[in-house]
Amino acid sequence: MTLHPILVALRRHKAGVVLIALQIALTLAIVCNAVFIIGQRVERIGRPTGLHEKDLFMVEQTWVGAPSGDDPASIEKLDALQRADLATLRRLPGVVSVAAANTLPLTNNSWGGGVSLKPNQQNATTRSVFYFGDEQLLPTLGLKLIAGRAFNAGDIVHQGFRDTRTPPIVIVSKPLADSLFPHGDALGKTVYFDGSRATTIIGIVARLQSSSTSSWSSGFDYNSAIEPVRLDAYFSRYVVRTRPGREQAVMAAARDALYAANPMRVISDDPGDDNGIRSFAQIRDQAYRADKGMAILMGVICLILLGVTAAGIVGLTSFWVGQRHRQIGVRRALGARKIDILHYFQIENGLIAGAGVLLGVLLALGLNQWLMSHYEMTRMPLPYLLTGVLAMLALGQAAVFVPARRASNVPPVVATRSV
Amino acid sequence: MFAYYLDLALRSLRRNKALTALMVLAIALGIGASMTTLTVLHVLSGDPLPGRSGEIYYPQIDPQDLRGMYPGKEPPSQVTLIDGMNLLRAKRADHQALMTGGEVPIQPEQSALDPFYVDARYTTADFFPMFGTPFLFGHGWNAADDEAKAREVVISHNLNQKLFGGANSVGRTLRLAGTAFQIVGVLDRWQPNPHFYDLNTGSYAYGEQVFLPLQTMMDLHLSRDGSNDCWGNGGGGTDTILPADTCVWLQFWVQLDNPLKVAAYKQFLIHYSEDQKALGRFQRPPNVRLRNVMQWLDYNMVVPDDVRLQTWLALGFLLVCLVNTMGLMLAKFMRRAGELGVRRALGASRRALFAQLLIESGVVGLVGGFGGMLLALLGLWLVRQRSSDYAALAHLDFSMLLTTFVLALCATLLAGLLPAWRACQIAPALQLKSN
Repeated sequence: MTLHPILVALRRHKAGVVLIALQIALTLAIVCNAVFIIGQRVERIGRPTGLHEKDLFMVEQTWVGAPSGDDPASIEKLDALQRADLATLRRLPGVVSVAAANTLPLTNNSWGGGVSLKPNQQNATTRSVFYFGDEQLLPTLGLKLIAGRAFNAGDIVHQGFRDTRTPPIVIVSKPLADSLFPHGDALGKTVYFDGSRATTIIGIVARLQSSSTSSWSSGFDYNSAIEPVRLDAYFSRYVVRTRPGREQAVMAAARDALYAANPMRVISDDPGDDNGIRSFAQIRDQAYRADKGMAILMGVICLILLGVTAAGIVGLTSFWVGQRHRQIGVRRALGARKIDILHYFQIENGLIAGAGVLLGVLLALGLNQWLMSHYEMTRMPLPYLLTGVLAMLALGQAAVFVPARRASNVPPVVATRSV
Repeated sequence: MFAYYLDLALRSLRRNKALTALMVLAIALGIGASMTTLTVLHVLSGDPLPGRSGEIYYPQIDPQDLRGMYPGKEPPSQVTLIDGMNLLRAKRADHQALMTGGEVPIQPEQSALDPFYVDARYTTADFFPMFGTPFLFGHGWNAADDEAKAREVVISHNLNQKLFGGANSVGRTLRLAGTAFQIVGVLDRWQPNPHFYDLNTGSYAYGEQVFLPLQTMMDLHLSRDGSNDCWGNGGGGTDTILPADTCVWLQFWVQLDNPLKVAAYKQFLIHYSEDQKALGRFQRPPNVRLRNVMQWLDYNMVVPDDVRLQTWLALGFLLVCLVNTMGLMLAKFMRRAGELGVRRALGASRRALFAQLLIESGVVGLVGGFGGMLLALLGLWLVRQRSSDYAALAHLDFSMLLTTFVLALCATLLAGLLPAWRACQIAPALQLKSN
């Protein structure tokens, strides 16, 4: 079958052809970019924190009537309160370990700053978030130490949370170590936090994600430093690891036990995100809820978009079939088989869709470029585009099949009948 | 004539139900998605202080040392205590207020209520007249109370409901962080969105429950929340509760009634920076900004990127739906070539045919717009089920409702133009002959 008659016929339906091709092009451009965004979000949601996340929960509470000053007496009193809480939690049945911590990954409560190789450097070498915790923090979180040593009880100091002193030793994540010392010799080196506070790297953990998921920390998502400090403030946070499967039971018991030990506190019982006792699964869910919502929305819009485009192709092709009823009859009377008529419409659709996807590829790349210049977006990899092209061609063929089959069923006798 | 065309349009639409339904559905989906996202965008980029925001300015100065400086770098987004106090006491603007946020525990007198924490705003007196906060009872405090570190507090409508059942509580005592405060005012419902005066504590659906003088907070060592940026070697000392002099942690707002005053204030900020540099406090050349509320929100990119992205996506979707409708309408109009040929032969002008066809697309647009409105209501309901901080704000207001129908009608009329024009080009004789 030659293409010539098809092209000639198409020329008589310029407006319709252009509209279908345009629709296919726009759909391809939007769907490709939307699927790319979905892919990015899914990747983001799936990022590991470096923690062993099962059977882990966090307690967040605020003292009432506790000292608010930064004088040594106040700090000592706050620290005694905090140590009492840690002991209370440790006594609960089902608890494996408990640690004091200032924050956890994904909670979006962040302490952060610059890290430099020399004191008072003009610009910091890199940036990082700071975690503060006691010697139980590494085992409780399930962090993997790959070099050096962990903290022991003797390393831990305690200080007020506005106190900016940095202890002499620190544990860093491998990405932070690598960005400071690309040759892998970070262990034992001295670095400077916030320009001037010297500390020595004594250990490296494989992975520890930033406490922030916002764009503030994008670029140093896995740069973390752990300081052997129990922070004393008007609030405190504890992480608890339980025996497998005991998480919910211990979470319920923890609230009562803490209130029983000292009622002068507030542990929020907000049913939603602000609850004072949250499992790490909840923390993860809350951190990525917006990304999940965005991915679902994009997915739904893509599906509807494909549906609308398919319906549009069906509608317009049906119209053409109706319009060419007699011509089809004539062809059939002159000896064309059913399959020839079917192929005619399929090839016609293939030509239109082909032109559409060509334009669509250009539009998709342009849209990607525009998104890159206005939003945090990277270049779309080619497989997305190729899959999109194939999907659009397949969609066109699927949509054209029903009207084309109806056309192939037009009996030859139509040619002799005048309507 | 219009009624007749309307009748023709309805007949024609009824004749081919599947095609009509497809067109209406496409328009409804496109409009529904667009209106959902546009409404969210509209709510989020709204003016927090309608009628006033043009006169409220946020001065920025640059007190940092020379480290990390480069030309064109923005000054810090807050001020130090020293600069804040200097600018406040200079009284160069019509109103000025220095503020920060925090959390304080409330110990209710009613024994039935446990102590609880509320969000607090520590500010100087002009906060209330400058932002035009509505008072239900009483009023704010004055500058003398600021200097006297008065134990006075203004509480929110909600807190007044919770503690006093909505009664006039002015003059009563409230225990905050162990100190007795006298209630001097009760605000009516007031929650500017975005929370423009301090974006560090949350941009949307955030409101403080108590307001008390800044100097009182410093005197009582109440706890502070929000952003605190320091430079140089000076962090906070161990014995001081307030951040060091090399930290910015306060917001400073001024009201300037006319452009002349704005220009004069900017000059004042430059002179102030020069003076401070001469004194040795500032090291950088004067680097000042003076943005009004909307410019400040814009500069801080308060509207989340995802919301903008969703809006673009929905508008792209609407475009595809319109192209789709255009194609279907073309098919529909061209199929009626015979009928149109007869009308032309009987003396109807091209204009009349054109009008008839446009009315038909207008009907599709109106029905689609109605469907789109229902879908937008559904979409906004879905948005409200999500737990983002702005979720609760997503409601369709009257202007957006009107926009829905105008957008649907304009879009379909636009989509109908080409098909109608093409259909009017039919030569009547040819159509009559071929039939």
